[in-house]
Amino acid sequence: MTKVGVLALQGDFAEHLQALGKLKVETREVRLPRDLEGLGGLIIPGGESTSMARLMDIYELRGPLKERVREGMAVWGTCAGMILLARRLVEDRPEPLGLMDIEVRRNAFGRQVDSFEADLVIPALGDKPFHAVFIRAPVITQVGPQAQIMAALKDGRAVAARQGRMLGTAFHPELTEDLRFHRHFLKMVRSRAE
Amino acid sequence: MEKGTWQVKAGLAQMLKGGVIMDVVTPEQAKIAEEAGACAVMALERVPSDIRQAGGVARMADPSRILAIMETVTIPVMAKCRIGHFVEAQVLEALGVDYVDESEVLTPADETHHIWKHEFKVPFVCGCRDLGEALRRIGEGAAMIRTKGEAGTGNIVEAVRHMRAVMGEVRKVQNMNEDELQAEAKALGASLELVRDIKHVGRLPVVNFAAGGVATPADAALMMQLGADGVFVGSGIFKAARPERVGKAIVQAVTHFKNPEVLAEVSKDLGEAMPGLDVRTLKQEQLLAVRGW
Repeated sequence: MTKVGVLALQGDFAEHLQALGKLKVETREVRLPRDLEGLGGLIIPGGESTSMARLMDIYELRGPLKERVREGMAVWGTCAGMILLARRLVEDRPEPLGLMDIEVRRNAFGRQVDSFEADLVIPALGDKPFHAVFIRAPVITQVGPQAQIMAALKDGRAVAARQGRMLGTAFHPELTEDLRFHRHFLKMVRSRAE
Repeated sequence: MEKGTWQVKAGLAQMLKGGVIMDVVTPEQAKIAEEAGACAVMALERVPSDIRQAGGVARMADPSRILAIMETVTIPVMAKCRIGHFVEAQVLEALGVDYVDESEVLTPADETHHIWKHEFKVPFVCGCRDLGEALRRIGEGAAMIRTKGEAGTGNIVEAVRHMRAVMGEVRKVQNMNEDELQAEAKALGASLELVRDIKHVGRLPVVNFAAGGVATPADAALMMQLGADGVFVGSGIFKAARPERVGKAIVQAVTHFKNPEVLAEVSKDLGEAMPGLDVRTLKQEQLLAVRGW
């Protein structure tokens, strides 16, 4: 049985745990390095990337988390989580983990009054559009050769990317009832599980 | 592309969960709060304990102060308007603040009506003392709720009272039969629809933070264990002897609220906490939580 962790330092980790629960997956809240042991996958939720980065530093989670990803743990970041997965940010803070070959701009649409909902066509999830919720959301400004864009807005701005066993989305599938992204991630997790 | 929807208003509050929202009065304090790991800041003219001391009428902060704080940090910035003062709320929305707190800490502008919050694009957070009050505010469009506690006292007793009231009433409604809900809605002074939602979902339909009296990491963890989704800290940080340390400690206490070893560690050497007030010595007109209904 594959266990999936959700980084529970700050943010909407409970919503991800609930979505995984609906898919009958065994889950674990991750707050300390020891919580990463034996996980097949990890979700870094939405929240405030500066708060999460701060708490990752205090409890020395960066090293062990990157090590586990190198060993094959699948990882998915939503919104703040995608910011943390990026190789580089347009802004100088916070310091990301540098795992995915993407450059990300924080708060790319403006402040909260500019937060929005939109339907996205995502070929990897099938024909039915995915209703996406963007909250003070980032965008992907550059994609390196190792990563592929999975979804873009009508104006062409990239809002989801995949690189091997890593996934980043600028929006929040955990806030909707549509579980296709969670299923997609679980497939990635299980593709490697013995 | 739809903006200002209920989903994105309530959704921002969901992103703040497990975090600490800190009161700040200057860009320098906002910077310290962000560095300490705050998930948002509340931009104010004065912290609640100073509002208490100053007396008179407390109003929305000067827009230039709010803007200076917005320019300094990248985390969400909230600001307070007076209860019922929908024009102050319009001004805050025009400034682009991320959340408006219709707050009893400021002097109420309307003793009968709260703001009709549904017609705003900016989301609102409101205080409550019990489930009925929480549901009345949600009915008016609040996308986030917090306990009122008794702001500016450094005394957790009222926040505990209010959180226990809300959580206890939620549990009670959850165990009621369908045919008992109309009478309960009447008793709570809330809509039947929202009361039914509580029964079926087993929790408030929006995020619920603790506020009003949090002064130490243990206070913050206490509120989390009582069921809060996160914590507002007002005077507790910048009225403490060592604000940076207290801020960082409270952030860690909210993340690790179920872990007493971490709580013990972060509670060490914080220096003098903010001076506290015994709520029982306050006169009726000095109580903030009784403002609004």
